[in-house]
Amino acid sequence: MSNVTKVQKEKNEGTAVPKVNKKETKKAENSVINVNDLNLWYGSNQALYEISMDIPEERVTAIIGPSGCGKSTFLKTLNRMVEMVPIVKTSGSINYRGNDIFSNKYKKEYLRTKVGMVFQKPNPFPKSVYDNVAYGPRVHGIKKKEVLDQIVEKSLKDAAIWDEVKDRLHENAYGLSGGQQQRVCIARALAVEPDVILMDEPTSALDPISTAKVEELVQELKEKYSIVIVTHNMQQAARISDKTAFFLSGELIEFAETDDLFQNPQDKRTEDYITGRFG
Amino acid sequence: MLGQNENGVKKRMESRVMLNKVMMVLFFLATTVGLIFLGLLFYRVLTQGIGYLSWDYIRSFPAPYPDKAGIWAGLIGSIMLMAIVAVFSVIIGVSTAIYLEKYASKNKFTDFIRINIQNLAGVPSIVFGLLGLTFFVYMFQFGYTLMAGGLTMALLVLPVIVVAAQEALRSVPSEIEQASYGMGASKWQTIARVTLPAAIPGILTGTIIALSRAIGETAPLIIVGAATAIYTLPDSVLAKYTVMPIQIYNWTGRPQEEWQYVAGAGIIVLLAILLLMNSIAVLIRNKFSRRL
Amino acid sequence: MDNSLRSEGNQLNVQQMIEERKQKKSIGERIEKIVPWFLLLCASVSVLTTVGILFTLLRESIGFFSNVSIFEFYTGTSWSPWSGHYGVAPLIGGTLLITVIATIVAVPLGLMSAIFLSEYASDKVRRTIKPVLEVLAGIPTVVYGYFALTFITPMFQAIIPDLGIFNALSAGFVVGIMIIPMVASLSEDAMNSVPNALREGALGLGATKLEVVFKVVLPAAFSGIVASVVLAISRAIGETMIVTIAAGATPNLTMDATQSVQTMTAFIVQAATGDTTFGSTIYYSLYAVGMTLFVFTLVMNLIAQYISRKFKEDY
Ligand SMILES: Nc1ncnc2c1ncn2[C@@H]1O[C@H](COP(=O)(O)OP(=O)(O)OP(=O)(O)O)[C@@H](O)[C@H]1O
Ligand SMILES: [Mg+2]
Repeated sequence: MSNVTKVQKEKNEGTAVPKVNKKETKKAENSVINVNDLNLWYGSNQALYEISMDIPEERVTAIIGPSGCGKSTFLKTLNRMVEMVPIVKTSGSINYRGNDIFSNKYKKEYLRTKVGMVFQKPNPFPKSVYDNVAYGPRVHGIKKKEVLDQIVEKSLKDAAIWDEVKDRLHENAYGLSGGQQQRVCIARALAVEPDVILMDEPTSALDPISTAKVEELVQELKEKYSIVIVTHNMQQAARISDKTAFFLSGELIEFAETDDLFQNPQDKRTEDYITGRFG
Repeated sequence: MLGQNENGVKKRMESRVMLNKVMMVLFFLATTVGLIFLGLLFYRVLTQGIGYLSWDYIRSFPAPYPDKAGIWAGLIGSIMLMAIVAVFSVIIGVSTAIYLEKYASKNKFTDFIRINIQNLAGVPSIVFGLLGLTFFVYMFQFGYTLMAGGLTMALLVLPVIVVAAQEALRSVPSEIEQASYGMGASKWQTIARVTLPAAIPGILTGTIIALSRAIGETAPLIIVGAATAIYTLPDSVLAKYTVMPIQIYNWTGRPQEEWQYVAGAGIIVLLAILLLMNSIAVLIRNKFSRRL
Repeated sequence: MDNSLRSEGNQLNVQQMIEERKQKKSIGERIEKIVPWFLLLCASVSVLTTVGILFTLLRESIGFFSNVSIFEFYTGTSWSPWSGHYGVAPLIGGTLLITVIATIVAVPLGLMSAIFLSEYASDKVRRTIKPVLEVLAGIPTVVYGYFALTFITPMFQAIIPDLGIFNALSAGFVVGIMIIPMVASLSEDAMNSVPNALREGALGLGATKLEVVFKVVLPAAFSGIVASVVLAISRAIGETMIVTIAAGATPNLTMDATQSVQTMTAFIVQAATGDTTFGSTIYYSLYAVGMTLFVFTLVMNLIAQYISRKFKEDY
């Protein structure tokens, strides 16, 4: 909560379009998710090839790459949402804090409370703001009103949207602006207190000001959450992420500290991409 | 030479344009035939029936004299029948739609169910009456009761509800279902808490349309034995009953002219209820289509 | 796992609560397993209905044909069950007569309405006329029957003095009006799905709208239009109340529209309202006639489906 107020102060003191301060996190790097030799097919089309990477804890990991290279597919594999497409097959392994997520013993519903997701287009339910945010806890059996009230307030505060919606908690979320909707969706994801948050181009449908707000928010959230964010916008990746992975045609080409990757790419293809030579 | 040719083309052009205009008027007139017919029908029914329409008429049971007869038994019977139809057809119809849209894999079997439903929609209503007579009246031994009539009608309108519910389910954006799955909700939780609520306006509209079809149906109810003369209201689903269309049919068939007016008054009541139901459907549609 | 950060500020710890409630989830899991079966059960009701219809029609018809030879039924030309004559031809004839009259009324009017709505009317006009036209399809048939008997017949009698109170002409005419919306709106859908580029191409070459209609739109929408007509005919065949009320109850093998006829549907109503005892030959005849009716409409529906499936492949 203290973080939120700080951000708002910064914003008020700053220029019209708030600048994001990337916080230098120099924690010892633990990983939350370990991906090993992941292959994925849509029917007979292979979309991911031999991906191995470790997602660091409480940091922002950006995934960049040209359209169709498999960013969304990879992201959705991390919480098994990709299995909504019935023809999907995978090989290799993904471990979340030491649990094999593909094992029968580890239920995907449970995984998704740990590894939450924010989508490209704001997709609130056609319900009130309150019911949107309370959805996750309710689905998982939390029914007490006082508890839900607390969760809703806390999640909305953490998503830096409490002040904007606190007087209209019981109005339909469709009445909010796109940027507000997206932050309500983030609050909705936060409500079950996930460990990891996956974001698939969360700002691509938003205007610059809303985008800046979401970017700030991501910076705040990494204090508590591990974040994986797909983006098409390389400035955004450079601004907000600690580590960046570059995907090309279903392969992981390079994965490094963001500053290193942008300033000193090891692979020719990465360099070509970030200097805008293709993609 | 050239001028003449041009003139010819111009003349032909003119006549083609003329023909186009004449035909357009003709097409328009053809369209108005249906509308004029509708206007006449309403006018006729109103002028014939309005004189007999009164509070007494609405609250009276059938009687041997035109000025004593009323629609009460039919009105209440129709409403009770609708309640039975609604319960069964909505539960079965919406469940069928959910099964087809969300659970069944798209294979030969679902194709079969779909084609089957399409064909059921084309079966004459009186054949449903025969079905009800065999099964509900005799085999299940409900006799000539509300239950037999209600179940027969529920099967009759089932295709309407299934198709409407399928359409409503399909129009729910998959993004919000994704969001639900992304929160760790299970399939049924997602359907029950997200998909169905979002589809409710469409389902409601479809249900009202189905019910307004059922409330006007006469033939199958004649077969499954809706009575014509009922002097008490049905007190259970296993009681004898009548409905408005049956009463209207019965009055229409009588030779004395006064009975036509009695029938006309009944038609006004029936049409008023249909109008009410359709207005509700339109209201629902307008209210919710604005939002999505 | 270290949750201290996540429960910062107060005692709230959602993940822990979820964890606790996970133990109780077995009920949820059971629901998750049962629901698809329940839904499948409901979905099978529609199949059972079809099976039930076929079963009842076949079984009772077989009962009927053990009393009356199937040969007499389909070749006899006299229908008077109360005196033991079971030749279904007059009922089929009555049904066809009504259907022909209805088709003659509905097809031209319906198609012209469709052409007007799809090709000539402005959006606003279409949006007002179409729903009003569709009201015609929502009027209960008993109301049509009443109107046919008490208004259309007297009106026709003014022109044709010989016309009886019960006659095929008014009944067929009103059935025709009733199925106009079916022809009109299904045909209009077919015409609307003709790509605009085709129209614009022809208009660009200087064709008038009328020429576009006849040379481009109607040919392209042809199968859709035919399907709509076939469906409407099927509807006319199965129509019951209008003919019961306005066409009378005289099984009459005639093509004279001024006479009273009885259709298959009207006979079923007549026999069901009279005191037909369960198990009597007349009772069984209901089903034999019902089956004949069912086959007629089924064939029509299958033809319509076949045509419209082909139509879909065209685009
Ligand atoms: N549902 C699907 N069925 C079949 N193939 C799919 C499906 N979704 C994605 N693919 C294929 O998988 C590959 C990777 O797609 P993905 O959506 O992951 O790319 P992306 O990097 O997210 O692209 P973008 O930047 O455009 O969002 C593409 O070749 C795509 O065609
Ligand atoms: Mg993507």
